[in-house]
Amino acid sequence: MALALEALDISKRFGARWALSRLSFTLEAGRSLLLTGHNGSGKTTLLRLIATASFPTAGVLKVMGYHSQDEREALRPLVGLVSHASFHYEDLSAAQNLTLTAKFLGVEQPASVVTGLLDRMGLVARADSPVRQFSAGMRKRLAIARLLMRAPKVALLDEPFGELDPAGIAQMEGLIQELQRQGTSVVLATHLVEQGQRLTHERLHLEGGRKVTPV
Amino acid sequence: MKRPSLLGAAWLVLKKDWQIEWRTRARLTAIIFFSLATLLLFSFAMGPDIVTLRAHAPGYLWLGLLFASVLSLGESFRVEAENQALTGLVLTPVEPRAIFIGKVLGNASLLFVLSLVLLPVAVALYDVDLGRDPLSLVLVLFLGCVGISAPGTVYSAISANARARDVMLPLLLFPVLVPLLLAAVSATKFTLQPDPQEQLGSWLKLLTAFDLIYLSVGFLLFPKVAEED
Amino acid sequence: MTPILPLVVLALVVAAIVGHVAVPAVRPWAWKAVGALGAAMLVSLWYFGLYWAPPEQFMSDVGRILYVHVPHVWMALLAFTLNVGCAVAYLMKKSWVTDALAESAAEVGVYFGAVGVMMGSIWARPTWGVWWDWDPRLISTTVMLLAYVGYLALRSFTEDPERRATWSAAAAILSYVSLPIVWFSVRWWNSLHQVQSNPSTVDKPMVAVLRWGAVTMLCFLFVFIVKRYEIARSRQTAAMELPPLEAPRAEVA
Repeated sequence: MALALEALDISKRFGARWALSRLSFTLEAGRSLLLTGHNGSGKTTLLRLIATASFPTAGVLKVMGYHSQDEREALRPLVGLVSHASFHYEDLSAAQNLTLTAKFLGVEQPASVVTGLLDRMGLVARADSPVRQFSAGMRKRLAIARLLMRAPKVALLDEPFGELDPAGIAQMEGLIQELQRQGTSVVLATHLVEQGQRLTHERLHLEGGRKVTPV
Repeated sequence: MKRPSLLGAAWLVLKKDWQIEWRTRARLTAIIFFSLATLLLFSFAMGPDIVTLRAHAPGYLWLGLLFASVLSLGESFRVEAENQALTGLVLTPVEPRAIFIGKVLGNASLLFVLSLVLLPVAVALYDVDLGRDPLSLVLVLFLGCVGISAPGTVYSAISANARARDVMLPLLLFPVLVPLLLAAVSATKFTLQPDPQEQLGSWLKLLTAFDLIYLSVGFLLFPKVAEED
Repeated sequence: MTPILPLVVLALVVAAIVGHVAVPAVRPWAWKAVGALGAAMLVSLWYFGLYWAPPEQFMSDVGRILYVHVPHVWMALLAFTLNVGCAVAYLMKKSWVTDALAESAAEVGVYFGAVGVMMGSIWARPTWGVWWDWDPRLISTTVMLLAYVGYLALRSFTEDPERRATWSAAAAILSYVSLPIVWFSVRWWNSLHQVQSNPSTVDKPMVAVLRWGAVTMLCFLFVFIVKRYEIARSRQTAAMELPPLEAPRAEVA
């Protein structure tokens, strides 16, 4: 069975602080991982490493068989990250942000794809307002729309339920299950342990940047 | 799905910058008025002697542009640092070198527009004669704006994420721009005033060489700066 | 002076510094020996420069500042060349050694450059009647100095070691590339103003003293860089060690 994730003794340092320490784990392709831990335990850092937004200080991280740093060009189309840093241009509208991504990805008929996604995420009414005027929940929806357009093999979701209303949370769960049915490995970082465990197969608990057995 | 080529992606980055500029026109207007105020302050500082003002007009014009460029370059990467949009582009993935080309052209075009706006102001304040060699003048302005933007794009990508970014950018950028300032001021002078020794050509060559050198060095260095290690 | 000589000197200095860095056995005594040699040469430079060499034809005794001013500027150039070499090496292959060496070379270069420019300004006052002149060498050195002060400021304002190393390497290359362009543009610009002034031709004993001064400063350059490098390395290694495999007890509790 191919591995979606393979971490071999990875560590990540910011300044003089170790955000991740000597972490090793694997995840089979198609299976999903729940990432738990307190604030500052290293969840977001780990997701950024997998997304190739940042690279391990030491150790080797392989995603879908690709070395996360040396083969990042081949890897990047396969992973998608939804994080607190939403990657949106605040001064562009929701539709403009999505269209930009669509054009970079070379999506055919970007206009209809973008409209379809905005409709699906319930953002059509505000499609032309700049993101600066969006609420936190709407930003999250827009980020999800972008993730869906990329159709990644490994989807990284950092607190996806955070700023959503109950209807949004239900929809989010549905989307995660849909991604999983398509064979995508979902890595889910959340404080909602029970909800997260229902949606995923395995669990990785971090404390102070280290892998520990949850109590 | 067919991804755009290097130049295609650069064009998309450039269009995106223009879109943002257009949506935030107020910011552009503020930068224009800032440089207008700078030009006006120079004439106050030098006193009302029109002969002196006319002789030094090219210097004031380029200093005004240089000060404004620090603001516009800083702004250009503040936009990218917000929500880590630049990282988002890199992860999309967009080739960092395409981002460099797009951003340089975006910054240069903005400065170029600004310089064209400043020309009539220079006529009003310093009584310069634009009609002598307008084509060369526009060429000098264009080359100068590209020359400010090429190293400026790399430096503002660095300083946007550093502490004390407002001080960092001019501190790093100004020393490198010394030859550009000398060349641009001299070249501008010879398009506005008589050029008996025909020196304009050599200054234009120096400007072009500066642009080419910094475009290629920036092209090589920007990917290292745009991605986190 | 033949153009090849500075390159040979550069190669020798780099070889000496790399040797000092690479061979632990020489570390305790080599810098002391070179430092002592430098001090002895400095004492004799006072004699050679102030008494032995004939006064300069047009500038009389004022011209004697040449023997320390010019070597200082040369050393600054040498240090910045070493710095940009380390920057390129770092960008090609990451290494904390080249980063630390780049940092020490830049700092030592700024010291030599600053002293050199100050002495140039002191020299300019009685010679040209002004503290400042549009001499291309003086201007280029000053611009270079400003660029590297920016480089050091960038380093001190960036906390993350990896980012600091990458960013400052990029800044170093951009600054160094500007040096020849600054030099040409100032010289060009200057030739229009007709104020180009050159120290007159230098005769044989003066060349000898000048070279003596250069070797003296080379000794100090070597000592400063290797000692500053050791400081940079010791600061790095404190932060470089991997965390232990098992969490310390306090961390778990």
